[in-house]
Amino acid sequence: MDLAKLSLSDQAVIASAALILFTSFIMLAQARIRPLIYAFAWQGVLLALITALVALVSGQSHLYISAALTLGLKAFLIPWMLHRLAVRLNVQHEVEPLANPSILLLIGSALVIFSYYVSVPIVQFSTLVIRNTVAVSVAVVLLGMLVMVARDKAIAQVVGFMSIENGLFFAAVVSTYGMPMVVELGIAFDVLVAAVLFGVFFFQIRASIDSLDVSRLNRLREIDE
Amino acid sequence: MPNDTVLAWLLAVVQTLLFIGAAPLLAGWIKRVKCHMQNRAAPSLIQPYRDLAKLFRKELVLAENASWLFRATPYIVFAALVLAAATVPLIALSSPTAAIADVIVLVGFFALARFFLALAGLDIGTAFGGMGSSREMTIASLSEPAMLMAVFTLALTAHTTNLSEAIEHNLAAGLVLRPSFLFALLGLTMVAIAECGRIPIDNPATHLELTMVHEAMVLEYAGRNLALLEWAGQIKLMIYGVLIANIFWPWGIAETLDAAALGVGVVAIAAKLTGLGILLVVWETVIAKMRLFRVPQFLGFAFLLALLGMLTQVILETGT
Amino acid sequence: MAALDIAYVAVLAAALSGVLPLLVARRRYAQRVAFALLAVSAIAAIVAGASALTGETTLAERLPLGLPWLKWHVRLDVLSGFFHIVIGVVVLATSFYGPSYLREYESGQNDPTVLNLASGFFIAGMLLVLLADDAFSFMVAWEVMSVASYLLVTFQHEHAANRRAGFLYLLMAQIGAVGILLGFGVLATFGGHFTFDAMRGGNVPAAWASVAFALAFFGFGMKAGMIPVHAWLPEAHPVTPSHISALMSGVMLKVAIYGFMRFTFDLLVDVQWQWGVAVLLIGAGSALFGVLYAYVQQDLKRLLAYSSIENIGIILMALGLSLIFVGGGHPVLGAIGLVAALYHVLNHAVFKGLLFLGSGAVLYRTHERDLEHLGGLIHRMPVTAAVFLVGCVAISALPPLNGFVSEWLIFQTALQAPALENGVLRTLLPIAAAVLALTGALAAATFVKVYGIAFLGKARTRHAAHAREVPRGMRVGMVLLAALCLLLGVLPTTVIGVIDAIPQLLIGQRLPSATAHGWLWLTPVSPDIASYSAPLVLLAIALSFFIGRRLLPARQVRRTPPWDCGFGPLTNRMQYTSTAFAMPIRRIFAPVWHVQEQVEVTRRHEADAPPTGLRHQLHIEDRTWLALYEPIGHYVIGAARAIGLIQTGSVRTYLLYSFLTLLFLLWIVT
Repeated sequence: MDLAKLSLSDQAVIASAALILFTSFIMLAQARIRPLIYAFAWQGVLLALITALVALVSGQSHLYISAALTLGLKAFLIPWMLHRLAVRLNVQHEVEPLANPSILLLIGSALVIFSYYVSVPIVQFSTLVIRNTVAVSVAVVLLGMLVMVARDKAIAQVVGFMSIENGLFFAAVVSTYGMPMVVELGIAFDVLVAAVLFGVFFFQIRASIDSLDVSRLNRLREIDE
Repeated sequence: MPNDTVLAWLLAVVQTLLFIGAAPLLAGWIKRVKCHMQNRAAPSLIQPYRDLAKLFRKELVLAENASWLFRATPYIVFAALVLAAATVPLIALSSPTAAIADVIVLVGFFALARFFLALAGLDIGTAFGGMGSSREMTIASLSEPAMLMAVFTLALTAHTTNLSEAIEHNLAAGLVLRPSFLFALLGLTMVAIAECGRIPIDNPATHLELTMVHEAMVLEYAGRNLALLEWAGQIKLMIYGVLIANIFWPWGIAETLDAAALGVGVVAIAAKLTGLGILLVVWETVIAKMRLFRVPQFLGFAFLLALLGMLTQVILETGT
Repeated sequence: MAALDIAYVAVLAAALSGVLPLLVARRRYAQRVAFALLAVSAIAAIVAGASALTGETTLAERLPLGLPWLKWHVRLDVLSGFFHIVIGVVVLATSFYGPSYLREYESGQNDPTVLNLASGFFIAGMLLVLLADDAFSFMVAWEVMSVASYLLVTFQHEHAANRRAGFLYLLMAQIGAVGILLGFGVLATFGGHFTFDAMRGGNVPAAWASVAFALAFFGFGMKAGMIPVHAWLPEAHPVTPSHISALMSGVMLKVAIYGFMRFTFDLLVDVQWQWGVAVLLIGAGSALFGVLYAYVQQDLKRLLAYSSIENIGIILMALGLSLIFVGGGHPVLGAIGLVAALYHVLNHAVFKGLLFLGSGAVLYRTHERDLEHLGGLIHRMPVTAAVFLVGCVAISALPPLNGFVSEWLIFQTALQAPALENGVLRTLLPIAAAVLALTGALAAATFVKVYGIAFLGKARTRHAAHAREVPRGMRVGMVLLAALCLLLGVLPTTVIGVIDAIPQLLIGQRLPSATAHGWLWLTPVSPDIASYSAPLVLLAIALSFFIGRRLLPARQVRRTPPWDCGFGPLTNRMQYTSTAFAMPIRRIFAPVWHVQEQVEVTRRHEADAPPTGLRHQLHIEDRTWLALYEPIGHYVIGAARAIGLIQTGSVRTYLLYSFLTLLFLLWIVT
């Protein structure tokens, strides 16, 4: 495949896919809460852009609705909610010291290679020119999980969770032009409800353990050493 | 045919001379814009030339136990950087000197210059020199892999490590949205900032002993030796500028060796470097210097960008 | 005289150099005889190797030695010819260097003729390994080499550390030899005979070929000092006399590489790319860990030993790339990797030989190996300082010297990754190249530290301040190798034109256009893809240097004290130390080492009084000891205890054992 031979919009899809991957890495390495939320918002913007571009190329008009929905929910509403939560919980300036950011980034890069490795067999069935972006979507899912594993702060974990959902949505768009509208709407509202519920949980967690640091939850275990 | 060859070599030599001749001008331009931006009275554009001329005329002062290595280092450093400048296409492509060394050898020339400079820092036996050498080698050992990774991304796309061929390839491809180039550009820029000792890694204007890196190594140099080293530093900055400008925005560079194309080439590179100079000044004005132990994170990020460039090149742009 | 006969002369001369000095009564003459014979051996090896390599001939013979049903098979082809040259060059340099260097040992308590005996058989053993063409003679020669080098390591056996190093070395050499032996066993099973010819013809199933490969890689890798089975190397190499260290680091490790290449590329006919990935990864690990450990060492010779691990890693990386390309169906690109590996083998032999001889020269005059006790030697030992600088520039892979050429070739090989079908490999190869870049940059930093602390600055101790230049013989040996560094760096195209015959033999493919554009241009793949002209680089540097030094008007030079911040004169102890130099890297890559650092502050009376003394202790240990060797050691000791329970001491119990064994055997027989 030669990138130079593709149409400009296909090139733009591929370039945005690369940028989405980049935002995932930013989320992995960013120690401050507020830039973390911004990175997530940017990922939403890029995802909406890709959906709109795919809609343009394929002529699937329902994807425009998905794009608008993505933009509204993932680029604005959810980041705004998270930000407001962070302000109300007074953690927006908190810095979470990462033990070894370089190692985390190396693991992330290894995950990208791994997701390329696992997606090669899937990709071969697709005829779309943008099929290679499937590997990126898998990587975004895995990196989101890595964020959840590696971070201690609850808000960071929620961002990781949301970015997993971004990766799944991305995979659906680039491999099969999106899911049926009903399913997409359902998932979108699920995510919204999840965001609200997480907000409630944050206050509960803080009320019970006086911190949003989930590493303290290990006090809950039954057996004392 | 031999006539053509002679002409081509002649042009290559002229291009190299132009390169090293214009390097202080770029430094002067950066200094001037910076002064304007910080509301200071700006020195003249040709002030770096005056400084160099003054240093060349001055008496040679050496520390008591300086060895021959200390005296040879400025010449080796200068020669390595002139050679590096000869291999980077400035205004015209396919110059015969570009075949002497590809981009990996270019990195090798930088390493050679740095090796001797670091040795010279240790030669006098003062703590400052040693400190500068140690820090410089630390920074270099982290920036070199990032630089080569960025370069590999370009080489994988263009299927060559020859700079002239790679630029020709980019020129022929026209405007392509290559995410790998975006990452490589960012990575290479961060490396360039670190390697040229600019803010936030090192402050070229500092003379506070404990924060110096490059300046600490050359603390004992004076007169002609210092002039050669300063000039070499300016050439290095210019090489990075030209690399970034001509690889990522190759438009305007002369593909044929006629007068009109060469004229366009000169104007194009001058415009690109002017723009890059302004960008550098803006960057240096808004950012603060880092402590030494934050530098690994900065360069680690540069490496990550270059690595992402390579990965996107393989995964997204080549694919299955 | 045929090349093979000259090769016999080389072996015999080396063996005689060990035996004859025993018969000479006066020690002084004994040394002369020994080293003259070594020089003969070296020249014979170079001549034999060169004639085999340039003539591209394969000579084979059966000698009436060995077992009745397995005579010794001997063979000299381009691969063994090349390694003959590698051995010959370093041995020649040491034969100039040795006589003066060993004068030191004549008054010592150990008889240097023992050293002659061991080193003679050591060199003869290495040459025989190269000549062997069947598994039996190969293993015999291999063991001669190992045991003789054990004697060299324990030469100064009065120190406990040397005895420990020797024991560790012998133990690991034997474990490695078992791996090699089993590898040969697998091949011989399928080939039907122990000759290499039969093994080449044997139709080995892929799974068994992988088993044989794994065994051989383990065995040869252990001898070559790859991570994590390298532990003997930094212990054994520093404790031998320096000219022997040069041979062990420069040559013996290469014999292990020879064995690995012979086994993998020649005897195992069908190469699989997965092997290449394993070799590449272990090579990258060895290169990176080797150089990081080298960086923090204080002991000059120990540092060089760790740097050998790094260089073996680089060679393995090139071999791994070659295997990946050959296994992936790109023999042309595999040939480039192979040439890069061979070039680095030669380069490392030359510059590591040079650096060990240089460290020996420093040791000879200052009796110091600790970098913190040296300094300022460039003023006292100008020739040694100049050649050591050449070695440092070469090993740091800087143009225009030889180390750069081989690393450049490896980079070029790695950048041919888009030719591969497998996408994951396409990402892996550039990352490996980036690891190589990191290694190269750290090596440069390491050797800036070595040279800057040991040779530049001011003398840190009285010994260093009173050093003198070494005798002429030692200088000749070092200058010879330094000149080779320059030659190999400036004329790579010519050299590659010669070693091109080796990929032809092993892969059946030459480099397509490496030498097509004359001696001036090196173009491994094609001139559009990459080119490098080392002669022009040297010319340009020399020219600029000349313009700068000669054509600019001369100025008078004034000498002043260096800048001291106005606090009064600087002393030797205010210089940057080796520990301080290494500190930033030590902090950045902290998890790599097991570091114990202690700072003790002594104060006079109360707690907040100004400190009167500071004591800084730093102990850096190899992590593999804690993670690998100590657990294995505990396990072995535990197992030995468990088995030791059957030793009751009672005669009747022992009789019972015999009785039970007899019953068991009778049962088996029926």
